[in-house]
Amino acid sequence: MERRVSEQARRLAARCGAARRGHAGVDAAADGVAPGLLGAEIHDVLEEYKEGAAKFIGMPDKVLYCSLLDPVTPCPSGYNTNKTVSLWGSSGRMEITASKFMDIQRAIQPDWFQCISDGDTVAGEAGRKRAKKSVDRSLSFLDACLQILEESPELQRSVIFGAIEGGDILEERLRSARETAKRPVGGFLLDGFQGCAMAKETKLKLIASVTAELPEDKPRLIHGVGKPDEVLECIERGVDIFESFFPFQVTERGCALVFSYDCHPDPEAAVFMQNGAQDLEKNGAEEDQDEIPKADPEMTPFEIFLKDKRYQDDFRPLLEGCTCYCCQRHTRAYVHHLLVTSELLAGVLLMMHNFQHYFGFFEAIRGALRDNKLDQLKEFVFRQALQTPANAKPGQ
Amino acid sequence: MAAPMAAVPGAAPLLRVVAECGWSRARAAELRLPHGPVPCPVFMPVGTRGTAKGITAAQLAALGCRICLGNTYHLGTRPGPELVQRSGGLHGFMDWPHNLLTDSGGFQMVSLSELSEVTEEGKSIEIQNALGADIVMQLDDVVSSTTTGPRVEEAMKRSVRWLDRCIAANRSPERQNLFAIIQGGLDPALRTQCLEAMTLRDVPGFAIGGLSGGEDKGLFWRMVKLSTERLPRDKPRYLMGVGYATDLVVCVALGCDMFDCVFPTRTARFGSALVPGGSLQLKNHQFARDFRPIDADCGCPTCQRHSRAYLHALLRTEPAALHHLTVHNIAYQLNLMASIRQSILEQRFPQFVRRFLSSRYGARIPAWVREALDAAGITLD
Repeated sequence: MERRVSEQARRLAARCGAARRGHAGVDAAADGVAPGLLGAEIHDVLEEYKEGAAKFIGMPDKVLYCSLLDPVTPCPSGYNTNKTVSLWGSSGRMEITASKFMDIQRAIQPDWFQCISDGDTVAGEAGRKRAKKSVDRSLSFLDACLQILEESPELQRSVIFGAIEGGDILEERLRSARETAKRPVGGFLLDGFQGCAMAKETKLKLIASVTAELPEDKPRLIHGVGKPDEVLECIERGVDIFESFFPFQVTERGCALVFSYDCHPDPEAAVFMQNGAQDLEKNGAEEDQDEIPKADPEMTPFEIFLKDKRYQDDFRPLLEGCTCYCCQRHTRAYVHHLLVTSELLAGVLLMMHNFQHYFGFFEAIRGALRDNKLDQLKEFVFRQALQTPANAKPGQ
Repeated sequence: MAAPMAAVPGAAPLLRVVAECGWSRARAAELRLPHGPVPCPVFMPVGTRGTAKGITAAQLAALGCRICLGNTYHLGTRPGPELVQRSGGLHGFMDWPHNLLTDSGGFQMVSLSELSEVTEEGKSIEIQNALGADIVMQLDDVVSSTTTGPRVEEAMKRSVRWLDRCIAANRSPERQNLFAIIQGGLDPALRTQCLEAMTLRDVPGFAIGGLSGGEDKGLFWRMVKLSTERLPRDKPRYLMGVGYATDLVVCVALGCDMFDCVFPTRTARFGSALVPGGSLQLKNHQFARDFRPIDADCGCPTCQRHSRAYLHALLRTEPAALHHLTVHNIAYQLNLMASIRQSILEQRFPQFVRRFLSSRYGARIPAWVREALDAAGITLD
């Protein structure tokens, strides 16, 4: 089963768009599910089950969002056609038509779902033709699915999100946004911004341009963006909803999120900030050590690598002041030991911490929006994103 | 054999027998340990390196576990006794509020010739003292139960000598209960010798070691019975390495109180779920559309929330599935022991045994099981 649906604590972090557009937004935790495996591979099981995927996976009370693909695993390119999109599961490649896709959604019964779309775009000018195709196909899929949706009583409760495609070509992105906005969708998905193929400035410019074309009263969801600084940049540019693969990836590489998002801690809590900041700074000072366990190159400035020898006898919690299960009951030394001995419990504890911390971050964002202090939060977080050995402040 | 060591003065008895079965040698009891009482018969999950394979301490406690095992060799190597001690002992390190039992660590395998004044037994107890478990095991000279010849006698005699040294080396006898381990292989004479010698020593409890290593089941149960017959009534009897449900039931009938085994957690990691009738291999295709829980009568979190079909789908690619099965399998073992205990308290243990065996084997109960139960005083129809 695709890993996102199977993590029991997998959630979408929802941002409350109250300050920006007066839209209540979804405050609850939601789950992302990809039909690529859940749907296509156990489609028949879900059909027989009849009660929908949320209940099947033991989360009947959560909002369920169904994406097309797993943002964490890149897909092979070049397989989509005018009538089909390819998905990859444990039994290989599956070609899905709009009709088959809606069959799968009927079995899943999600609260929200991404409409089947062609997001397989190539960066650069060479991709202009391909970008145009992605927009044309996706609109055609959307129209077909909307038609089927009207005739599907099982999906009356389910909200369809239109996917905005167009690769890195501004014209195509605008066209996709305008055209998709004309359709009766419940929300919008900004697709194709996953990965690092696109230059950062291009990405941000396109996101801003796209959301400018979208109605204020419908949520905007983005795939593939998860790092705290990038999340803030997208929120500034009109995005509401993100996935939580980022804390999952942090966990997978044996790391814990320790960045601070409390701009105005009370004086007693000020020490927490300092500890966190100190740890992040020390991250860069590893070069002089011998025998360093290799941290994942994807590791961000917002984390600490618990397998590092320095945590062997560090009896503090992962993050001072954190109220998660791991920080309340265990120490860095213990998690370090679990990682070094390859115990399953390491991932369990880290996941609990990383999710709680990440969701806390989004709560802070919502608070900042309400209080009109997003810029402050952004500056605070960005300062931590800049921690490197080169500019670590001495004696902090 | 050497003269017995002096008894520890003023030590309160560890075991309180609450009820005895009127037919068999089974008894319902309670261990009074430093970290709380433990009802017996008890199954102790194994948490080798300070964790029961992906289960949090809170989950384990919520399942009703009140004592589990730590492995001295692994913990003695990583993270090492000093670090564990600085974490507040193994209890603090794992954040486990209930009882712990550590094994001896098998230090006889380690060559300590450079440290000639430190013996293997001394080292084992020293590390176990640092870990701080409520029950610690003597270092014993273990031979495989299928070994024959003079090696068996040699190992048994050595184990007795090492017992005395372990008793002497135990720096906190009032907090850490040192158990002796009866050896002697499958030789009744050697086992009897060992029992006679070790029961002269005033230890708080006895373990029956050297069994459950693939030996013939007929010999196995006879050695267990021989051992429990010669062990004092009011001290706990710990049968090491036994964990299959049938073996647990039979050995309770033969008079054992405590058990440990990696089987339930290990089998979970192969996708196998324990049920009254045996086990379900959830990876099998037959479970793909089975929307029932593993066991409708099991109250564990896995059975309350998830279906066989879901677990089957999950097992294909996701470690989380194994976690659910581990929770269930531990719950199964603990529930089994609780049911056994309740039946002894209510003087219906023989009925419990019959029902258990019939649901598992139907009419085809293995011969050794029949014989063992018969010898224990329980006849099967």
